[in-house]
Amino acid sequence: MSVATMTHDPVHGLEVTDNPGPAPKRIVTGYGFWIFILSDMVMFSCFFAAFAVLSGQTAGGPHGAELFNLKNVAIETGCLLLSSFTCGMASIAADLRNRFWFQVAMAVTCALGLAFLRIEFREFADLVARGAGPSRSAFLSAFFTLVGCHGLHVSAGVLWLLTMMAQVFAKGFRADIQRRILCFALFWHALDIIWVAVFSVVYLLGSAA
Amino acid sequence: MLGKLTWAAIPFDQPIPLVAGAVVLVAILAVLVWVVVKGHLPYLWDEWITSVDHKRIGVMYVLLASVMLLRGFSDAIMMRAQQAVAFQSPGFLPPEHYNQIFSAHGTIMIFFVAMPFVIGLMNLVVPLQLGVRDVAFPTLNSVGFWLTATGALLVNVSLVVGEFARTGWLPYPPLSELTYSPGVGVDYYLWSLEISGVGTLVAGVNLVTTVLKIRTKGMNYLRMPMFCWTTLASNLLIIAAFPILTATLAMLILDRYLGFHFFTNEAGGNMMMFMNLIWAWGHPEVYILVLPAFGIFSEVVSTFSGKPLFGYRSMVLATMVICILSFMVWLHHFFTMGAGADVNAIFGIASMIIAVPTGVKIYNWLFTMYGGRIRFATPMLWSIGFMVTFILGGLTGVLMAVPPADFLLHNSLFLIAHFHNVIIGGVLFGAFAGYTYWFPKAFGFKLHEGLGKAAFWFWLVGFYVAFMPLYAVGFLGMTRRMQHYDVPEWRPWLMLASVGAVVILIGIIFQIAQLVVSIRDREELRDHTGDPWDGRSLEWATSSPPPVFNFAVLPDVSGEDAYWAQKVRAKQPANADEPHYEAIEMPRNSPTGFVCAFFATVTGFALIWHIWWMVIAGLIGAFATFVVFAWRDHDEYEIPAEEVARIDRANISDRRDMISAAGSV
Repeated sequence: MSVATMTHDPVHGLEVTDNPGPAPKRIVTGYGFWIFILSDMVMFSCFFAAFAVLSGQTAGGPHGAELFNLKNVAIETGCLLLSSFTCGMASIAADLRNRFWFQVAMAVTCALGLAFLRIEFREFADLVARGAGPSRSAFLSAFFTLVGCHGLHVSAGVLWLLTMMAQVFAKGFRADIQRRILCFALFWHALDIIWVAVFSVVYLLGSAA
Repeated sequence: MLGKLTWAAIPFDQPIPLVAGAVVLVAILAVLVWVVVKGHLPYLWDEWITSVDHKRIGVMYVLLASVMLLRGFSDAIMMRAQQAVAFQSPGFLPPEHYNQIFSAHGTIMIFFVAMPFVIGLMNLVVPLQLGVRDVAFPTLNSVGFWLTATGALLVNVSLVVGEFARTGWLPYPPLSELTYSPGVGVDYYLWSLEISGVGTLVAGVNLVTTVLKIRTKGMNYLRMPMFCWTTLASNLLIIAAFPILTATLAMLILDRYLGFHFFTNEAGGNMMMFMNLIWAWGHPEVYILVLPAFGIFSEVVSTFSGKPLFGYRSMVLATMVICILSFMVWLHHFFTMGAGADVNAIFGIASMIIAVPTGVKIYNWLFTMYGGRIRFATPMLWSIGFMVTFILGGLTGVLMAVPPADFLLHNSLFLIAHFHNVIIGGVLFGAFAGYTYWFPKAFGFKLHEGLGKAAFWFWLVGFYVAFMPLYAVGFLGMTRRMQHYDVPEWRPWLMLASVGAVVILIGIIFQIAQLVVSIRDREELRDHTGDPWDGRSLEWATSSPPPVFNFAVLPDVSGEDAYWAQKVRAKQPANADEPHYEAIEMPRNSPTGFVCAFFATVTGFALIWHIWWMVIAGLIGAFATFVVFAWRDHDEYEIPAEEVARIDRANISDRRDMISAAGSV
């Protein structure tokens, strides 16, 4: 990288650091992906807002307190938080270019993600079986959409994760693959942050009501 | 097997869409046959369809917008004709067809004309102005364009297969719910916008990252041309607002497809939540469109006044203030909801406050012109026409921001006149100014000036004749979207408005003629200098059209108006050393965008018609496309230093010839 130079701005009497030129690719890719994640969070915030507006609209149907099983949710949360940790391990292994530990950490991440999805799927199936499906009330519509949207993101993340494992297996830690691993890690951690909000707003507040 | 799709979907009993669709289909087929027979297909595929060059993608965006402008305008002229004749009579359009036309007109003009036009210009110009070789994500850029094209395609398919929404350009529930709109029209609307919305988001991420991370050496934030600033602001708004649209339409999709209750009348649904969410996107959207136009006017006014932009820093500040305020006014679209006096007052005041930074901009442009040596070329005419027209539109906007006044004017033709006043006078005039201003940069020859000026005058006069009467009938109490009416006082105004639409049509014909004549006379209109307007920013520092790598050596910037400074320095002799050329790495072309859009089209069409196996096939195809793209080993190619040197020397000697020829006159 070129060294940043200082110039004197004669009009405003300020010292300015000159822009050193286009940023390197890793910075550009990571930065762009951050912005994408921000936009994704805006989308989630709409579903959160819809949930907040509709959470009381049960149309004579069940409330959250009657439906949620906090033990299941705790296990789900544990799976997801732990998967974030193993995803971090995979990032470290990628930085060290250690294929074996990268694949192991990714495989564990994948297993934890799938466990999370399985619990969530069973919760949904159970609710539908009890007549508390998404078309029962506006509250349940908002609940299934918000939680389901997160679940869809995790599913997409699992697909992406498997693709990254295959790529590293076939091609090793090339620069572009390293950049993709960086983006994947950002994505996976962001899903954790959103889950923390889902956990608090939907399940904890919902059970209290 | 084919879901809801049967032969009944083709409107054999409605001659207008059927004939229009058939003509378009024949035209497309004729073009395709011509392309294949003439052997242009490999050229089109290699140089355009798979191109990841931001300049080519920008041109394709503008081309898409221009074609869709013709479609949207034909809807407009049908509406004006209908209202001119439908006094105490049903007119020539059946009600359900008329409803589709006004819905399609709004949808097309906003999403597939205004949006691709400004995104195209930003793509074409911003990397050049920043003095760099490419955008941040070239292949994604191509994906974004082709997804936008998919959306446009689906809207047009609805003309002949099935129907389009009859719910207005924003599908308000409960009318848009399955109970009241059981057909596929709303589904066409929803899926084409979901798909093109993803494309827009991709474009937004790409352009924000480009402006923030990919600038040439010394191109500090406060040295960027104004158009780069407005691009940044507009794309930040895209990132913050378009996900709201995606989420809101997704909720309506869930209501319609899976029986959810977000916006329904039953089971606790809340239709006003739709209005709130859609306008939380919709109001920033108008600034997404108009901010780039403000940037174009800033460039044009400063260039054709021969002066630096007056109040550059206040312009930057005004742009960013508008960017933030645009998220705080959405409720003024439904003051009549009944949120109460306090809430309405707050949003009314916030709406009026937006006029302040906009006013700052107007004064800045005026002061830029003051004392300048103004050249009235076509882009400058559009800019001056904009200033006059936009002030008028802005003032009627401030009027409607007063809640009590809005209660009277809500959903009247006064509102229609207001937003056409700002969108045509602001966005469209800006797009046309940018189109004439940067056309020589994109293609290497200028557009014909005489025809361009004629087009401007017909558009300007046509606009006033078409829309001033709508203010009047608005005051006379006429509401929007009326298929026929019985009030004799409205009739003369509506007939006058239809005359205005015809005058605009003449303007459009002049624009087409301008393009055709300019292509025919391109050798006389050729720009050898790369700087046909005596410009001030870096896009004029390279040749027209620029080489694929834009700049042989990245420029080093030390102040505002970077190219102007270079030109001033160049007058002093000792600055003629040849630079040191190095090999340049550029991204390879890729069919990813096109293939991905193909699968998106298949998926979208299948979703609209409930053809579930095809949905799954389309999704698998799209995923496979990305994996294949991710699997390729060489995503860049190298242009050797000698080749760079050869191209650059040729350009420089071309310029020298022009300068010495000018000097000898």
